[in-house]
Amino acid sequence: MKYSRTQQPIRAGLSRWLLVAVVLACCHNVSDHVRAQSGSYVDAVASVQPKIVKIYGAGGVRGLEAYQSGFLISKDGHILTVWSYVLDSDQIIVILNDGRRFAAELVGAYPQMDIAVLKIDTGQVEHFTLKESVELNSGRRVLAFSNLFGVATGDEPASVLHGVVSAVSPLNARRGAFASAFRGDVYIVDAMTNNPGAAGGALTDGRGQIAGLVGKELRNSADNTWLNYAIPIGKVAPAVSDIIAGKAAPRRIDDPTAKKPNDSLTLQALGIVLVPDVLDKTPPYVDSVIPQSPAAKAKIGPDDLILFVNGRIASSVKAVKNELEFIDRIDAVKLTIQRKQELTEVELRLP
Amino acid sequence: MRIVMRRPNLFANIACAIAMLSLCMTSTVALSAEPPKSVLEAEQRRIEAIGGACRAAICVFSRGGQGGGSGVVITPDGYALTNYHVAKPCGEFMQCSMNNGVLYDAVIVGIDPGGDVALIKLLGRDDFPNATLGDSDKLRVGDWCFAVGNPFLLATDFQPTVSYGLVSGVHRYQYPAGTLLEYADCIQTDAAINPGNSGGPLFNAKGELVGINGRGSFEKRGRVNVGVGYAISINQIKKFLGHLRSGRIVDHATLGATVASSEASTVVVSNILNSSDAYRRGLRYGDELVAFGGRPITTVNGFKNALGTFPRGWRIPLTYRRDGENREILVRLAGVHSPEELIQKVQKQPAPAPPDKKPGDEPKNPGEQPGPKPDPKKPRPPTRPRRGPAPIPDRVKPLIEVRKGFTNRYFNRLETDRIWKGFSAGGDFQAMNGVWQMSGAISTGGSVEMTLDVESAKGMFPAGEFTVNKEADLSEQLLPRNSGGIGAAMMIWRRLLTLGPKRFGNAYFVGKAPLRGHTELVDVVFGAYDVAETYFYFDSESGRLLAIEMFPDVEVDPCEVYFQDYRDVNGRMLPHRLEIHYGDRLFGVVQCEKWTLAATADKGS
Repeated sequence: MKYSRTQQPIRAGLSRWLLVAVVLACCHNVSDHVRAQSGSYVDAVASVQPKIVKIYGAGGVRGLEAYQSGFLISKDGHILTVWSYVLDSDQIIVILNDGRRFAAELVGAYPQMDIAVLKIDTGQVEHFTLKESVELNSGRRVLAFSNLFGVATGDEPASVLHGVVSAVSPLNARRGAFASAFRGDVYIVDAMTNNPGAAGGALTDGRGQIAGLVGKELRNSADNTWLNYAIPIGKVAPAVSDIIAGKAAPRRIDDPTAKKPNDSLTLQALGIVLVPDVLDKTPPYVDSVIPQSPAAKAKIGPDDLILFVNGRIASSVKAVKNELEFIDRIDAVKLTIQRKQELTEVELRLP
Repeated sequence: MRIVMRRPNLFANIACAIAMLSLCMTSTVALSAEPPKSVLEAEQRRIEAIGGACRAAICVFSRGGQGGGSGVVITPDGYALTNYHVAKPCGEFMQCSMNNGVLYDAVIVGIDPGGDVALIKLLGRDDFPNATLGDSDKLRVGDWCFAVGNPFLLATDFQPTVSYGLVSGVHRYQYPAGTLLEYADCIQTDAAINPGNSGGPLFNAKGELVGINGRGSFEKRGRVNVGVGYAISINQIKKFLGHLRSGRIVDHATLGATVASSEASTVVVSNILNSSDAYRRGLRYGDELVAFGGRPITTVNGFKNALGTFPRGWRIPLTYRRDGENREILVRLAGVHSPEELIQKVQKQPAPAPPDKKPGDEPKNPGEQPGPKPDPKKPRPPTRPRRGPAPIPDRVKPLIEVRKGFTNRYFNRLETDRIWKGFSAGGDFQAMNGVWQMSGAISTGGSVEMTLDVESAKGMFPAGEFTVNKEADLSEQLLPRNSGGIGAAMMIWRRLLTLGPKRFGNAYFVGKAPLRGHTELVDVVFGAYDVAETYFYFDSESGRLLAIEMFPDVEVDPCEVYFQDYRDVNGRMLPHRLEIHYGDRLFGVVQCEKWTLAATADKGS
């Protein structure tokens, strides 16, 4: 709790109301403490569980679990989760708290923010409203809901951990340590959220109000420590709205209204040579770059992995080529590239 | 919480705000040093709960001092629960510390290797502080709970460690680690469960024992807590307690069928052994499971959870659906292992693989598992000798009797004697080793007579006369027909009454089990005679023999006789109503009009 010890001059009339607000805020926290001391979080937990989903997709090889967590954010079945390899699959399965199973559609993702939105076709569902998310400061009690270790299956409810916000701090405080795509303040929590499958879970306050998105597993390679953190909902809510509004739609090829220009961009024209397309879904790694080309000027290099083309997911060599076919030669193209642990964005334009 | 204000005119405003608050809140929040009363009361309740819990918790140290874990005392005479994987490396004798600073001798009683539970007994007091058993089915996700134990074997000063947390999940299913340990229907908590906490108690906020901690999800961060610990539910352990007190190696149950999720998300029988009791009761491939043991079944894990809480041999109601119609049956559960297989796994092999252990991660010593070895630089508990394990003290030796299939036969004798003493209060049949005669009527119509001798039984039933003789194979003389062998069953009944369990032959206490028509669990004694295996069910309170089940062979239905309407016959209580069941049918109810028991081997009354 950080209540002003340093006092700014306050106008008398206003100060009364400010104080009421402060004290009411105190009560809020006190009731949190009372609950922590005597009662339980049973009601809060029960109100949140129906909104948590289990997500199954790609992975399953050693060290890469094929599952993660997510939560419902609209009555239409939109689900917020983290952007990860798990979603890089033709078939994403979502299982609701009541055990119902759905094939989910990837509506879109902002890898720069580590978020993705899925959608399932279901009737009315219980969901969080992102606009009503609460902002937390350090010291606040939190609950973390996730399907860590994939321990819950079918209609078994997700796991709940408790803790407090230890700090609100930028993730990229030290470059290299805890490398993450998300830039900005996150909630550092003392609940052990950094577990396999927990990413995409919900961080709530003691009343079950949504506050954060449990982040992906992050390990500091220097000292082998793991970080428990959640991305504040307030930071990603506008991006989520964009995705739902279709501004980050995946694959134009799926859009029947999309039209190809007469003369479209090509990899060759941009100066990018991808690895040979030998698999069904060959990851679009850059094999080489033609000297003096737009790609070379943008400092794209071998082993860069193309993730997005103009914000649209392009998870294979074929998909990258496909996306480019929808872009006119005279237009610029924005590529989102993963270079080791870093995400960078470059804009290329033919001369 | 402190708000420091410098400007004096603000105090008035604070007061104003407080006044507003006290109007709108029932619990007054005072902005002074004194916390709200509700918080103080909650704190006091927590102090009391933790205080009581710490007095009952024990730290378990192996004789060699190489390892140990935690545990909890559950009776004043010193019976205590711990994990099988904690007790196993200790062997038959261990030492347990309590927070009063005393180190007590303890001996192994019984083990449930599949469920990772061991019952031990602390010696030297009959007024041990002990934990109250709670109801783990009442736990809800979000409830507070706390673990007490000996993490990292820190309790060198005998003071246990307390870690507080939340119930993160209930009715969790954790697949078997290795070949034995399966955690079914367990409690998940974020209270720190670390190596050394194994076997220790998990309490609810009131300080009632709700589980035994034993396992965690440890993966990338080495063998330390990552916010995910699992406790065996106390409700499961309650079902096994009778069995554990028998000093045996106790097995879990199987239905003899496997289940799978169907397309329609129902749970259906995917495979069934036609030698299983479930098959004999009518369950078939493709049937949909609806309920088991009083629980609705909606997932495969849910079924495994329900099944995993039962000991071998229990009869459990099962509801299945076929052609849109629900049918309820009572299924006798077989053992997961054959008795010989279980003995092989437990008594003939080195310590079992600890849960969640990665292959090739074999610890050098059989210490507390799962977990890293304690830091060698840390002070050691006083039980650690310099060289090798200390010998078992002479004072403890009479309480240890290891036999094949028994972890400690001493405790089986104790229980068998208790039951027999209780039964004998209803009469001593030792001298009655002559012929026993009974005459009466059967509910199906007609009169009945039976003559029971040492090695033979004769009878006259409405269907005709019969003779059963031990000279020939009893399993071929299941007479009268469709009774399942009432002649042989009554002959074996007479044998137990005249000889008692000690002279019966191979007879021992099994544990406690449910019995048709009884709400409380009853004591079960097993006896093998000739080819027949018989289970004797005794009322735990009155000591009365309630029923016997005589199995003439493996994988067949037994002849079940329920003894009722006990009346005094020359100073001995004898049943005057015999309800005889075989398979799914009631064979008949015999009303006994007269019992005549001869005292000597000579014929006569």
